[in-house]
Amino acid sequence: MSLFTFVKTEFRNLFSKPATRPYPQQPKQFMERTRGHIENDIDLCILCGLCARKCPTGAITVNRAEKTWTIRRFSCVQCGSCVEGCPKKCLSMHQSYTQPGPEKTSETLRKPQPPAAPAAAGKSVS
Amino acid sequence: MSTRSVVPFGPHHPVLPEPIHLDLVLEDEKVVDVVPSIGFIHRGLEKLVEKKDFNEFVYIAERMCGICSFMHGMSYCEAVEHIMGVELPPRAKYLRTIWSELSRMHSHLLWLGLLADAFGFESLFMQSWRIREKILDMFEASTGGRLIFSVNKIGGQRKDMDNAMLHGFVETLGGIETELREIASTFLGNSAVNSRLQGVGRMTKEQAQLYGVAGPFLRASGVARDTRELGYDAYGDLDFEPITADAGDCYARTQVRIRELFQSIDLIRQAVAKIPEGGVAVPVRGFPKGEYMMRVEQPRGEAIYYVKANGTKFLDRFRVRTPTFANVPAMIELMKGCQLTEIPMLVLTIDPCVSCIER
Amino acid sequence: MAESSSDDSMNLVEIRPESLLNQVTELKARGYRLVQICSTTLKDRYELTYSFSVKYDLLNLRFTVAEGQKVESISPIYPSAYFYENEIHDLFGVPIEFMTVDFRGGLYRTAVKAPYRLKSEEDQEGGGPK
Repeated sequence: MSLFTFVKTEFRNLFSKPATRPYPQQPKQFMERTRGHIENDIDLCILCGLCARKCPTGAITVNRAEKTWTIRRFSCVQCGSCVEGCPKKCLSMHQSYTQPGPEKTSETLRKPQPPAAPAAAGKSVS
Repeated sequence: MSTRSVVPFGPHHPVLPEPIHLDLVLEDEKVVDVVPSIGFIHRGLEKLVEKKDFNEFVYIAERMCGICSFMHGMSYCEAVEHIMGVELPPRAKYLRTIWSELSRMHSHLLWLGLLADAFGFESLFMQSWRIREKILDMFEASTGGRLIFSVNKIGGQRKDMDNAMLHGFVETLGGIETELREIASTFLGNSAVNSRLQGVGRMTKEQAQLYGVAGPFLRASGVARDTRELGYDAYGDLDFEPITADAGDCYARTQVRIRELFQSIDLIRQAVAKIPEGGVAVPVRGFPKGEYMMRVEQPRGEAIYYVKANGTKFLDRFRVRTPTFANVPAMIELMKGCQLTEIPMLVLTIDPCVSCIER
Repeated sequence: MAESSSDDSMNLVEIRPESLLNQVTELKARGYRLVQICSTTLKDRYELTYSFSVKYDLLNLRFTVAEGQKVESISPIYPSAYFYENEIHDLFGVPIEFMTVDFRGGLYRTAVKAPYRLKSEEDQEGGGPK
């Protein structure tokens, strides 16, 4: 039983650098597998809606008529079910977290219209 | 002639990690009765089985509590897997064991920090949590999240840890073990700390068995019961003995939890040495029908998960009896007759996880 | 010790509600400890399951009660049972009488009384937040 069991640790902490990082001046180094937020490569997306069905919180909405894919960033819990279920692999999990903000944001991606095809000349189907 | 007064403790209190309300009936600084009142974190998660299909419910089960999160998700999956008759690949069982033991370590370190904070030793609190940060970094490197892992699914695991990662973890644990010995010597050897812990909240073996308590709270009174001995997951292949102490007071419970930390490091080393190769998940089709009670050893004690399924995609019932729920009546008994200044120590000594009591 | 299949390990015994206290007293004499009391809402009844254990074996007693049917408390035999029974009373509305410590609905602070009770006609029409 003694009173000075912690002194060695205290001295070591006094003369070594801090265990904490001066955030936000020094940003956080994320690890490879960190689940931060979802990105969608809209060019590859076929708007099948599987991600919206698999999402446990209902954060993703797919509108085939308007060709949009919307995610409510603050409802997403970064579980990764959409990424696993996507048939075209256009969804991916990225490392940085959604920035805090004063209101719950949502992001809408619109699928670009394909360029008008030139008038087809040649064979006609009978 | 002593007068009785009622002092409300909580729901906001510097010592409480989560809100719980206790009305303390005092006679001049001595507590004679305690009236609890809960419901501040009641989210009705058990009723959500009617709305979320059983595959999605994993995400809700693991969000019942931040500290015990992995085991809640894992036990829910195991209960449904038992009902459906799914046989897990052995590597998945070992991965679950390794993550469970890491969860146990992070939970005990969290509790040690809160205990040190409760009696005012802030530096020891920071030191315990500094060690815990290394374990949280291990979780982030392997699962992607620090507290909520989302790595369990019905049929196995969603991510794998390859052998290089596992051996890296074992090396980090070696460094953690050295640091743990230093803070353990302060918790168990420092006379100022001991004067706050020894003799406080003594519970005899008979009382512990009468009130049906669980976990380190029970084992510190001399009863050697540890649900891991049932042999679920990979525990059947690992060697360990339940850790007990005899004194039954706060000091004995601290001893038991610190020894369990070292035991967890040993269990992880054994598991990494024995882990087989193979897949980590099997495909699962169909709907569950039947009922099952899964028992696991959470860091706080024995938890029971009751799942009742009726053959559709929604479950009938999911009920969790968490160890803190079983320990609260005993805690209230311990409080009767103690001094007002000992109340924070007694509340923390059962390692309360109020989110688990109320779900 | 390996876990047996789902039917055996639960070790379920259906009993009549009247014989609850006799069965529980016998289990206490044989050294069983109370593990949990669980209530499930069936279509029109409540199903109560009492779990007991000695060493690592589990034994479950089960019976069903109708809405408003009174159940006797086992807290005189197992002191910690009052906590489980108060929770069942507060969440499901099952009336349990002669509890050693009776909070009379004051244990759980919920906005809606007995949120898990059987759905009545008012609940069907009102609907709740999704």
